[in-house]
Amino acid sequence: MKRIFSIVVENESGVLSRVANLFSARGYNIESLNVAPINEMNLSRMTIVTEGDEVILEQIGKQLNKLIDVVKVTEYGDVPFVEREMALIKMHTDLGTRAEVLRIIDIFRGKVVDVSPDSYTVEVTGDSNKIDAILSLLEPLGIKELARTGKVAMIREKKK
Amino acid sequence: MKLKGAQIFIESLKKENVEYIFGIPGGAIIDLHDELYKQDDVKFVLTRHEQAAVHAADGYARSTGKPGVALLTSGPGATNGITGIATAHMDSIPLIVFTGQVPTILIGNDAFQEADIVGMTRSCTKHNFLVKDVKELAYTIKKAFYIATTGRPGPVLIDFPKDVQVTEAKFSYPETIHLRGYNPTYHGNLKQIKKVANAIAKAKKPLLYVGGGVITSNAHKEVIKLARKLRIPVFTTLMGIGTYPEDDELSLGMAGMHGTYRANMAIQYCDLLISVGARFDDRITGKVSEFAPNAKVVHIDIDPTSISKNIHVDYPLVGDAKIVLEEMLPMFDEYNSVDWDEVRKPWLTQINKWKNEHKLAYNEKEEQILPQYVIEKLAEITKDDDPIISTEVGQHQMWVAQFYTFREPRRLLTSGGLGTMGFGFPAGIGAQFANPDKPVYVFAGDGSFQMNEQELATLIAYDKPVKVIILNNGFLGMVRQWQDLFYGRRYAATNIEVQPSFVKLAESYGIKARRITKKSEVEEALLEMKDHTGPYILDAVIAREENVYPMVPAGAPISNMLLT
Ligand SMILES: Cc1ncc(C[n+]2csc(CCOP(=O)(O)OP(=O)(O)O)c2C)c(N)n1
Repeated sequence: MKRIFSIVVENESGVLSRVANLFSARGYNIESLNVAPINEMNLSRMTIVTEGDEVILEQIGKQLNKLIDVVKVTEYGDVPFVEREMALIKMHTDLGTRAEVLRIIDIFRGKVVDVSPDSYTVEVTGDSNKIDAILSLLEPLGIKELARTGKVAMIREKKK
Repeated sequence: MKLKGAQIFIESLKKENVEYIFGIPGGAIIDLHDELYKQDDVKFVLTRHEQAAVHAADGYARSTGKPGVALLTSGPGATNGITGIATAHMDSIPLIVFTGQVPTILIGNDAFQEADIVGMTRSCTKHNFLVKDVKELAYTIKKAFYIATTGRPGPVLIDFPKDVQVTEAKFSYPETIHLRGYNPTYHGNLKQIKKVANAIAKAKKPLLYVGGGVITSNAHKEVIKLARKLRIPVFTTLMGIGTYPEDDELSLGMAGMHGTYRANMAIQYCDLLISVGARFDDRITGKVSEFAPNAKVVHIDIDPTSISKNIHVDYPLVGDAKIVLEEMLPMFDEYNSVDWDEVRKPWLTQINKWKNEHKLAYNEKEEQILPQYVIEKLAEITKDDDPIISTEVGQHQMWVAQFYTFREPRRLLTSGGLGTMGFGFPAGIGAQFANPDKPVYVFAGDGSFQMNEQELATLIAYDKPVKVIILNNGFLGMVRQWQDLFYGRRYAATNIEVQPSFVKLAESYGIKARRITKKSEVEEALLEMKDHTGPYILDAVIAREENVYPMVPAGAPISNMLLT
């Protein structure tokens, strides 16, 4: 079972390694991890995608909560939530492939953010399925380099 | 007024009422020692090895409930302390360990005696800090004491760079503290407490399973009240020994791998297992899938991560054991008309039957010294002295758990979770500092004793009357026992009959010592030791291949006991 943990942490040195350590010391797997400051004093948000059975996921949640530098833990599993990931994809391009690449990017509402005579760098945002889908289409056309951010997530507000 | 970091360190320790710090000096903490030297409130105890310093601080903490404090220099001083820190961590013992660190500008440069001790101890501390700015020092020390002693306690390390020790800042010690990421739950959910109370009242064959958390939270009186009111039999873990008087009729002693027959059988047949401050360690559960097959499980613990970690729990209850039980006890008033003696009769009769079927026993006719006999004798002659007993790790540790009769908490100091050989002797020394008026006895194996025997010097230097009984079998006995029972008696690397004369060793430090080899000498030697005013080492040469029974083979169901 996959689970997204979104945790708010103190911006202390070592906090990333505490969290990473928790996973490695107990043999839990991190599929992706993303961390950046949020708009509150000295806090950051980490989004961790992990996998395990119900017992392990419950333990992970509790263990994260136990870390002194972790202020809040939110789990995304049962409640509706939005998740997004961004990818930068550098494509080999030549006269024969440019048009096709642009067409695919357009369909996925991506953007070309850098151009050179033989490459496009493309930015695309979406849930992980969407990123996977565009990658599978671009793959045969020649991907030079790829960077994905890993997921970030938020709970959907209730619709009145 | 501005103070140097080193002075802030001292003033903060005074605010925390620290009496003793254990450790060894070095270049990276020489400024701290210079300030310690100038005052008398906080006393420094010089050990001969940093591992022993941390164990001594740990013994101080275990025997008092107050946090223990150690001060180690950077690099090797700090790394030497890690075993002590990990030992305290596994047993949830509050420690504050200060380590010196190279000056902040050199951190990361592989400077002389630099070690990334914060990185190294991340997984064996409750929390740790590197103080980069002297302005944060007092607050950090406050946080460290707060974190170490609250919730589920544990060791906290403060890494203290040399330049921060000599830089000045204004000193003010925070009175209170709030950490937004740390809010232990003390009060249990009332509805859940009520549910648990009902389950307990309805159970036909309830069983109390009491661990070290009850000692931490000082909940032993409440446990006793609960047990006696509803006539519920009680077993403890190794860490919980002393929470329930072992000579009480409801006591089943210790359960688990070397637990009593009656305790292990009671677990397998009870219908409600009420765990308080214990964590379902594999040494208690044996094969998890066959543990307590007929029971619903109540788990009261302050640490939510302990609950449902190893075993499915039917009634989780997060909170401080004492507070939860205090809230629960009055709920049984509505059952005041119940005749609990009558209700419990069949269950207690069954338990009594188990008790009589297989008692803890040893060959009383044996002329060689049997370790169990020595322990029983000491229990007998110290019955009215309320001593503190510290142990090393191995067979002797299990025999002490089985054959010494404990009646009060904080009287047995033993490394349960990590099982650290070398713990017992220095921990006993630390406990003696904390309890100058109580006798302290250390039971050691000859193997374990040699892991920190250098602390004989500390005993003499501070004139501490700690008594050490070496149960000397010339083997790494517990490992030899496994080889005996499960590895075809191939005694690989467990024969340690090459050993010093412990008597001469002790005497070379100026400590009185004696070696005995016959059962007939035991009582008289123990009395001589007891009456001796200073430290004393008794080297008791025991039957070499005596085994600890009962024994549940690792991974087997706990009712699978080898009995002889
Ligand atoms: C530091 C450390 N190293 C190794 C072990 C593994 N070990 C567990 S018990 C034991 C033998 C202990 O021998 P001794 O102290 O003589 O006690 P005995 O079992 O003979 O009573 C050993 C080596 C350990 N627990 N701790």
